[in-house]
Amino acid sequence: MTAEPTSFKREMLATLPSLRAFAVSLTGKHDKADDLVQDTVMKAWAKQTSFEMGTNIKAWLFTILRNEFYSQMRKRGREVQDSDGAFTERLSVHPAQYGSMDMQDFKKALSQLPDDQREAVILIGASGFSYEEAAAICDCAVGTMKSRVSRARTRLQDILKITGEADYGPDAVSAQVTTSNHSF
Amino acid sequence: MMKDKLVTQQRMRTQAGRAEDGLGPNTDIGNRLRALYGAVQEEGVPDQLLDLLEKLDSAEQAQKAKNAPRDGE
Repeated sequence: MTAEPTSFKREMLATLPSLRAFAVSLTGKHDKADDLVQDTVMKAWAKQTSFEMGTNIKAWLFTILRNEFYSQMRKRGREVQDSDGAFTERLSVHPAQYGSMDMQDFKKALSQLPDDQREAVILIGASGFSYEEAAAICDCAVGTMKSRVSRARTRLQDILKITGEADYGPDAVSAQVTTSNHSF
Repeated sequence: MMKDKLVTQQRMRTQAGRAEDGLGPNTDIGNRLRALYGAVQEEGVPDQLLDLLEKLDSAEQAQKAKNAPRDGE
């Protein structure tokens, strides 16, 4: 009897590339990211009975991975990240539609963000989660998620000196300093 | 009908939120984020991870087969 792949396994497989990209953005290193994804897969497999089929497996796996990352960080103490931070040099090999110099600058800018802002902007801007999903993954309020994304974007624009985007003004800059003054 | 209206409103709000956050399809920062992220996604999943999933799955199948009542009564 050939075992048909269980849908849990199938759905997990489909999520792995994105989960791994998120892991790289958290750890800053591919080898550590792969270890983290591996730990996450084992944890998730052990807890699969607590997962309801048909609900959002991607958000569920991201939550496990993120919790695992921060609990390992607390245990080990924060290690020094490489100079490029969030995404490593290996990424610049890929062309995308930008020059590699451009991308280096962007990676550097991303690495200068506080951890909570970087993960927020990645979950919303790249992983494709809604604000509600991202807030659940990071265990914070939706408003907090919005303000983190807003501050991250403002700060990235500031670092990269990108101009010409909407609602970029003095208010957005002060929003970095005070949490009570969100730009939305 | 009320529900439809609510859904439409929600959708509009979500779209407005997206448009305002500066990370949409036509934004520089949004596109760069997705280019970085996409590059990692396209690397594919390392074999060791795929092997791990295989092992977990076959261990589970074996366990199930052991616990299941025998075929043909």
